[in-house]
Amino acid sequence: MEAYVAIIIIWLFLFFYALGGAIDFGAGFWSMFYFGRKDTTAASIANLYLTPSWKVTNVFLVLFVVALVGFFPHAAFTLGSIMIVPVSFVLILLIIRSAFMVYSYSVQKYTKAFTYISGITGLLIPALMLSILPIIIGGFVEVVGDRHYILYDRLLTSPTLYAHIGFGLAAELFLSSLFLSDYAREAKSMETYKVYRKNAIILGPIMIGMAVAATMTLIPEAMWMVENMASQWHLFALSVIVFSVGYSALWWPSRKGRVGQPRVAVVFMMIQIGLASFAYGWSHMPYIVYPKLTLYDALTNNQMFYSLLWGYGIGMAIIVPLFYWFWRLFLKDKRYLTNEEVDDVR
Amino acid sequence: MDNVLLARMLFGSSLIFHIIFATLGVGLTLMILIAEILRVVRKDDDYGILAKRWTKAVAILLGVAIPSGTIVAVMLALLWPGFIEVVGQVIALPFTLEIFAFFIEALFLSIYVYAASRLSSTMRIISVFFVALGATASAVLITNVQSWMNTPTGFNVVNGEITDVRPWEAVLNPAFGYTAVHVASSAYMATAFVVASVAAYQLLKPNLKASEKTYHRKGLMVALVFGAITSIWTATNGHASAVGLHNNVPVKLAAAEGLFETQSNAPLAIFGTPDPEANRVVGGIELPGMLSYLATGSLDGVVVGLNEFPRDEWPPLFVHTLFNIMVGIGTLLIGLSFGALAYRFIFKKREYPNWLLIPIIGSGPLAMLGIETGWIFACIGRQPWTIYGIQRTAEAATKSANLGTFFVIFLTLYVFLLVITALVMRFYFRRNPLINEFNSQSPSV
Ligand code: HDD
Ligand code: HEM
Ligand code: HEM
Repeated sequence: MEAYVAIIIIWLFLFFYALGGAIDFGAGFWSMFYFGRKDTTAASIANLYLTPSWKVTNVFLVLFVVALVGFFPHAAFTLGSIMIVPVSFVLILLIIRSAFMVYSYSVQKYTKAFTYISGITGLLIPALMLSILPIIIGGFVEVVGDRHYILYDRLLTSPTLYAHIGFGLAAELFLSSLFLSDYAREAKSMETYKVYRKNAIILGPIMIGMAVAATMTLIPEAMWMVENMASQWHLFALSVIVFSVGYSALWWPSRKGRVGQPRVAVVFMMIQIGLASFAYGWSHMPYIVYPKLTLYDALTNNQMFYSLLWGYGIGMAIIVPLFYWFWRLFLKDKRYLTNEEVDDVR
Repeated sequence: MDNVLLARMLFGSSLIFHIIFATLGVGLTLMILIAEILRVVRKDDDYGILAKRWTKAVAILLGVAIPSGTIVAVMLALLWPGFIEVVGQVIALPFTLEIFAFFIEALFLSIYVYAASRLSSTMRIISVFFVALGATASAVLITNVQSWMNTPTGFNVVNGEITDVRPWEAVLNPAFGYTAVHVASSAYMATAFVVASVAAYQLLKPNLKASEKTYHRKGLMVALVFGAITSIWTATNGHASAVGLHNNVPVKLAAAEGLFETQSNAPLAIFGTPDPEANRVVGGIELPGMLSYLATGSLDGVVVGLNEFPRDEWPPLFVHTLFNIMVGIGTLLIGLSFGALAYRFIFKKREYPNWLLIPIIGSGPLAMLGIETGWIFACIGRQPWTIYGIQRTAEAATKSANLGTFFVIFLTLYVFLLVITALVMRFYFRRNPLINEFNSQSPSV
């Protein structure tokens, strides 16, 4: 029971980070992609979102890691030895990305080069993070005594790794386009709205296709997981329906004569990602790392569990109103969205 | 090389890197608050410009502070799974609360920087207050774990299993109070001297306009006054830390002072090398009875020596030097800041001559060196334990290979980022000289 409460909390944090991170890294990529283009403001809309938000997004990553090892301390040895290589690469990309993104605003002379460095490293981060998923499903890990080894030769030649990476890239680019199209609408920039809407229309089906490919290629590697996923078919089916409705919202008419209701699309996609990731996570239960490490083995003691619940509860009660204020200031306030002030203070 | 050593090198170098940016993040946000308040109180816009330029510096530093913090947090779990296993059972609370301190800091910083012109000056002071609060709180909370590693409490060990956990007792461990205060005050102090260094360097430049000169002099004064206060404070609570070691972790104090024999009237050895053959510090200066006096409050108090402990529980003896460097820097900077203030206020000299500005330039790097040596002393002085008396470093370490490669990669990256950050700072402040700020005189910071 406690184990499931804890894993649901962790799933929630992961869900927020997955959304926030996809939008954040994706926005960094778009700001590179449209860099220097005179015909569109797509790059500056992306930056307008990024400058105040990337720090907050990053805290969600730390939140996820801290909650994971806090609730499940006995998972540290196994996770630590499996994750060290992929996670270290993520960390390396992360520090390069953040540093160069911040520095690109400060040294006009090299803005272009720095934007490219941060755009590309950022693009790779979600892809690399998703490549961890097939590993903890157990197909590519060998256990000798108490050491875990990743079988790199098998992993690197396996199609499921590349399907996962492809899914990571597609999801990141799709979600960020969709979000930025709504953000552009909020900023009353019709022309940018159209650019991102078009991107979202192209990328949506690619993301779904990649998700299916990632699952299919899993079959030879982790049949147990695929069977569990099949038993969750109703959740997955629901998520596909929600996706279709949200996707169609990009064509719904609006009162102002614009084609598409991006806000509706964004909300539906959040629900879709929530459903799908929940179903995926649920299929994974009760294993943290298949087949050796379960939630029950890894859970902390009762006293710590309840004091952590209190800690997160009180912390959230303080932070949620703050998030609301933040959202009002940067995602809704017309004065921020239409003002050039950002350029001279950042 | 063996795995444990590589893990220590990788983790230690990451922290040595992170602490540079973290310290400045803690200190500068408080100095910005002070400048914002001075600006309102004195009705002087120069302080507004100071706040604005310091804020820009913070924004640049955060580009590395935040990801490097993320690196150390994740590495803590990757490299020290045995340690994290105990942390998750006993002292997970401060890590949890720290997240909310980060949120508060990050949210209010964005509000302060990007929504400045939409806020009243009271709201601006309130937001920067919360930025400073969040930064100091995150330093205090992470230090909480560190103090618990020195004085682990709040649990029992039965047959190697952790039982009967009392999370709040762990948080309120005996070392927490004095450690947290010392860490916070030394971070403020180090930042004050870094700011003083920069101002002094600017003042040395020839051909300064009068307005620039007054501006830099104000910056220097704020930094020196703040530095003088915090350096006295740091020495006082550093003394409290040493007394705390005497009571809680005597082997660390013995190593710090190079004391081998348990004795009353123990001498304070300054510099020199502890020599286990000779049972004393050779080549240093000895002040008879001073150590007993400092640790216990009386000359004939008994101080425990290293020989009370088995050899394999001794920390490396070079921590004596690290400790001396930290204390030496503290003493030196108290002298420097008070001397400089006396020159200004007692002798009523408005302008600082070059012979005074040049040592002030050196004070910032020295103070940062104090932070580094202090931390390295605190972590290496705990060896061979990760959790004092409970868990040895070798038991905490990961068993995975590949660490050597990553050590080289990360180290290269850190050096590279240090250079880049310095260049970006230089470039930015060259391209946006002070003169422009006077000219634009925008009311918004
Ligand atoms: C500007 C930096 C700075 C300066 C000038 C000083 N310290 Fe310090 N000291 C630190 C920065 C620092 C630190 C980096 O903040 C440490 C490392 C870990 C900790 O708790 O604080 C520390 C640790 C530390 C410890 C070890 C605590 C422990 O391991 O539990 C002692 C005993 C002292 N200090 C004592 C002093 C004394 C007597 C000083 C006299 C002036 C002094 N420090 C100046
Ligand atoms: C006493 C030494 C330390 C001090 C004073 C310190 C302070 C700071 C500060 C001021 C920041 C910038 C925070 C922000 O602006 O959001 C930061 C970032 C961070 N630090 Fe440290 N830190 C210290 C050691 C550590 C250690 C040992 C860890 C990990 C176990 C750690 C974890 C982090 C993390 C995860 C971040 C990034 C937070 C974010 O994503 O915003 N720090 N730290
Ligand atoms: C930010 C300033 C810090 C610096 C410069 C620093 C430095 C170091 C160094 C050099 C080592 C390697 C020591 C050795 O193995 O010989 C180390 C180890 C370690 N430190 Fe610190 N440290 C800092 C803060 C912290 C804090 C705040 C924590 C608590 C969360 C911490 C936890 C550890 C742990 C768990 C180890 C590894 C186990 C061990 O060697 O005992 N450090 N640190």
